[in-house]
Amino acid sequence: MNALPFFEWCEATTIGQAIRDSAWLFPVIESAHLLGLCLLGGAVLIVDLRMLGLALGGQTVGEVARGARRWLMLGVGVMLLTGTPLFLSEAVKCYYNPSFWVKITTLPLALAFAFGVRQRIGEKAALASALTRVVALASMALWFTVAAAGRWIGFSS
Amino acid sequence: MTILSALEWLARTPWSVALHESLYVWPFLESTHVLMLTLFVGTAVMLDLRLLGLAFRRMPVSELTGRLLPWTRAGGAVMVITGFLLFYATPVRNYQNIFFRIKVVLLILAALNVYLFHSRPHRRVKEWDLDPVAPRAARVAAVVSLLAWAGVVVAGRLIAYNWFDCDIQPQPPFVNWVAGCVVPPADQ
Repeated sequence: MNALPFFEWCEATTIGQAIRDSAWLFPVIESAHLLGLCLLGGAVLIVDLRMLGLALGGQTVGEVARGARRWLMLGVGVMLLTGTPLFLSEAVKCYYNPSFWVKITTLPLALAFAFGVRQRIGEKAALASALTRVVALASMALWFTVAAAGRWIGFSS
Repeated sequence: MTILSALEWLARTPWSVALHESLYVWPFLESTHVLMLTLFVGTAVMLDLRLLGLAFRRMPVSELTGRLLPWTRAGGAVMVITGFLLFYATPVRNYQNIFFRIKVVLLILAALNVYLFHSRPHRRVKEWDLDPVAPRAARVAAVVSLLAWAGVVVAGRLIAYNWFDCDIQPQPPFVNWVAGCVVPPADQ
């Protein structure tokens, strides 16, 4: 199956067109995307560092994980809401961009892992264990790949 | 010797040219700089949210400042190192970039706010450690922190755009003044 027509359709959408036609829209949306990265990254790392036993040792893993959850969700929401229009504005470039494909395959994995695996284990755990450490390392590796590949989309053209 | 001529000399040093022209080192430094936002700004935001009573309301504030801020500082150190190297790669271009100048001003403001928070409200944190919402002075510091760091991030991102660069003329006199452009007088 050839996905290129779908990417061409994405690029032809009104939103994609409007962003390409504007000098300011792309940088503004991208700035918001970066601010979302700060929020998402902070909410991810505060829990992963606790699960590794490297921060906030006076609190249980569960307390930190539950406290960060809604900020994690907000961060994900901002990223998806800003990332989608950025993609629409240059969908065909993305189609030919290996970094984009790395990002778009690891992103659902990172999301599924965050809410399907890490949340269940983290919110119930009290102390850092071998299990929480493995989960935290997997979480950091997944999100790192998504973020680094995302940044690299802009370098490879 | 002016700052500009010193930076023009800096731009001619071999390592600056090498960084500027490198295919992979510059993108690697830039990526590291951006990804460190998660550790540096991200963890600082978590503290700000706690001070405002928007997250971790039952966590002692001293727990965050004592056992999370070391990570914030580590992230900040990497950002400073990579930031200086990125500046060193194109010193003149950065120095005369309007967004870079805005970023520096906001950085100073953000750093001053960190200093004031730690020397004033946080000094007596034991008195309000478990308050779900921190006292007014700490909340003000949290709001200033969120706004200043957000401004630093956005201004930093916009450095990449050349809309107001000195070699793109004519620009409004105000823009040239803020960016420090040396513009020859227009022909009659």
